[in-house]
Amino acid sequence: MTALLPRRGLAQILALIVILAVDRVVSPQFFDLRLQDGRLFGSLIDVLNRGTPVALLSLGMVLVIATRGIDLSVGAVMAISGAIAASLADSHGLPVVLAASLGAGLVCGLWNGFLVAVLGMQPIVATLILMVAGRGIAQLITEGRIVTFASPGLVWLGNGSILGLPVPVAIALGMLILTGAVVRGSALGLLIEATGGNARASELAGVGTRAMILSVYVWCGVCAALAGVIAAADIMGADANNAGLWLELDAILAVVIGGTSLFGGRFSLVLAVLGALIIQTMNTGILLSGYPPEFNLLVKAVVVMAVLLLQSPKLSGFAGIMARLRRAKP
Amino acid sequence: MRGLPPVLITAIVLVLGFALCAVQFPNIASTRVVGNLLTDNAFLGIVAVGMTFVIISGGIDLSVGSVIGFTTVFVALAIERWGVPPLVAFVLILVLSAAFGAAMGAVIHVFDLPPFIVTLAGMFLARGASFLLSTESVPITAPVYSTVSDFALRMPGGGRLTAIAIIMLVIVIGGALLLHLTRFGANVYALGGSRTTASLMGVAVGKMTVKIYMLSSLLAGIAGIVFSFYTSAGYSLSAVGVELDSIAAVVIGGTLLTGGQGSVIGTFLGVLIQGMIQTYINFDGTLSSWWTKIATGVLLFAFIALQQGLVALARRPVAKSAGAAT
Repeated sequence: MTALLPRRGLAQILALIVILAVDRVVSPQFFDLRLQDGRLFGSLIDVLNRGTPVALLSLGMVLVIATRGIDLSVGAVMAISGAIAASLADSHGLPVVLAASLGAGLVCGLWNGFLVAVLGMQPIVATLILMVAGRGIAQLITEGRIVTFASPGLVWLGNGSILGLPVPVAIALGMLILTGAVVRGSALGLLIEATGGNARASELAGVGTRAMILSVYVWCGVCAALAGVIAAADIMGADANNAGLWLELDAILAVVIGGTSLFGGRFSLVLAVLGALIIQTMNTGILLSGYPPEFNLLVKAVVVMAVLLLQSPKLSGFAGIMARLRRAKP
Repeated sequence: MRGLPPVLITAIVLVLGFALCAVQFPNIASTRVVGNLLTDNAFLGIVAVGMTFVIISGGIDLSVGSVIGFTTVFVALAIERWGVPPLVAFVLILVLSAAFGAAMGAVIHVFDLPPFIVTLAGMFLARGASFLLSTESVPITAPVYSTVSDFALRMPGGGRLTAIAIIMLVIVIGGALLLHLTRFGANVYALGGSRTTASLMGVAVGKMTVKIYMLSSLLAGIAGIVFSFYTSAGYSLSAVGVELDSIAAVVIGGTLLTGGQGSVIGTFLGVLIQGMIQTYINFDGTLSSWWTKIATGVLLFAFIALQQGLVALARRPVAKSAGAAT
């Protein structure tokens, strides 16, 4: 039984299946896929495509949360990198644009990591600084305007396709595999979990906790910058006011839905991305059902509360039942 | 903690900043500008008082901006569409927002969840609910509104101390008295110092948590009413991001984000500093509005770094004297 079903993630997969089923009821064409000009179209592909920014953010966020941290600045970092990409797109080649915007994300991550790991600030406070100032910096770069561009390279990044898949989806998939290979292919993931579980004990056991914390914030910054570039490429412009607005909350929500505790420790990259897809499937479902998109916020609030209550140490009923089922099955 | 208390540093920054502004633009040092500054930041001041209580108790409340938004829409619809008398509408919304805060506090305490994520859910809920009520801006034409916006005390020099500025000042003073002179206030500090210790000392932790979040949401409701006076309208997207501004004001005011230390007066000074930056940028004319965000970010960083330094300094002598005693 354990070979067929993953030990963790059963609840998330079930949730996704239920939501997909509801979407199918709401919109009968939900599972229809068609190939046109070498690219797949359909609601499912749309869910993947729209879910890409949050999925990328959650890849970085899940590592930060695993070290018992949090990064509130990812939305602002998206705005900064999008602004840089859009301002450079028409005058420079794609490699320069990517290097500059991802480099900006790296610097932002380094700043957050420095505050948390070296100065010892609470993560929520340290990243609040960039969350407030970052959007101002992005507006400084675009000079308050919405910068548009027509560079075919960057536009392809947002709207092109590889092997039938939209490019953003392919990039997110690539990042998931890359992050997974680095983190789970080495002891790094274990060390990150150790840092989040008990930073002091890990430090005494010889884990370089500072380096761990610094590097997860840097990775989170890079992921956010990539999400920002894709979001800008998607709309062929950078809007410093609205790019990535509130997405930090969606990313945290995705990680929480993915079963990673806000108190650090065990984490799962795949489940965090699955969490992002669950959120997007809900959003798309609400849109397709004809309800006003404003319902999104209410539904999200209910989902957050439900997931939190399931994870609550005081309410281990559900987890207990799941564990008993698992024990009874093999 | 030895040396300068953080509030004093905030006060010095405010006075120095104001002096610098006044040197460059002599017109800033007039009661007109100060009166406008108080009016423009009245709702922020009110909400920041509530946030001070929450942060000193070791929590955080991300839902306040959404509660303000919900309040403006609810009040506007109640008065204009449902024909409820304004005063009844105010009482209704205050009861509603207090109950909302109490519910969040109860969830935080009973299920032992981080305040950050619970109030985040509250933020989604309140904003979503206000979207459901109305997505358009609803103008308020009730006579009470024009009476209140016309009312103002004349200050020497031609400045106007408006009704909403007076409400804000009253709440700041009331909040300061509540925090510094009552048992409730002492318990708030105790909770922020250490929940376990507070509970061992006989503080009813659960009741306190509920009351603190209730207070914060109640003040957010009042801020919402003040905001509707300020704009004479109800709009579901109003006050987006106010939670950040109020947290920034609290931190700049010298309150420790880890809890246990801080003051309402400091928060008030923090609000004034933010208002001052905004005023300076308006006067300058060539600087764009995004400099407000950057300047606030820089100030946030400076004050948090300062706190970090002060905490480190405060810990060192204690460790030494403990060593000397043995």
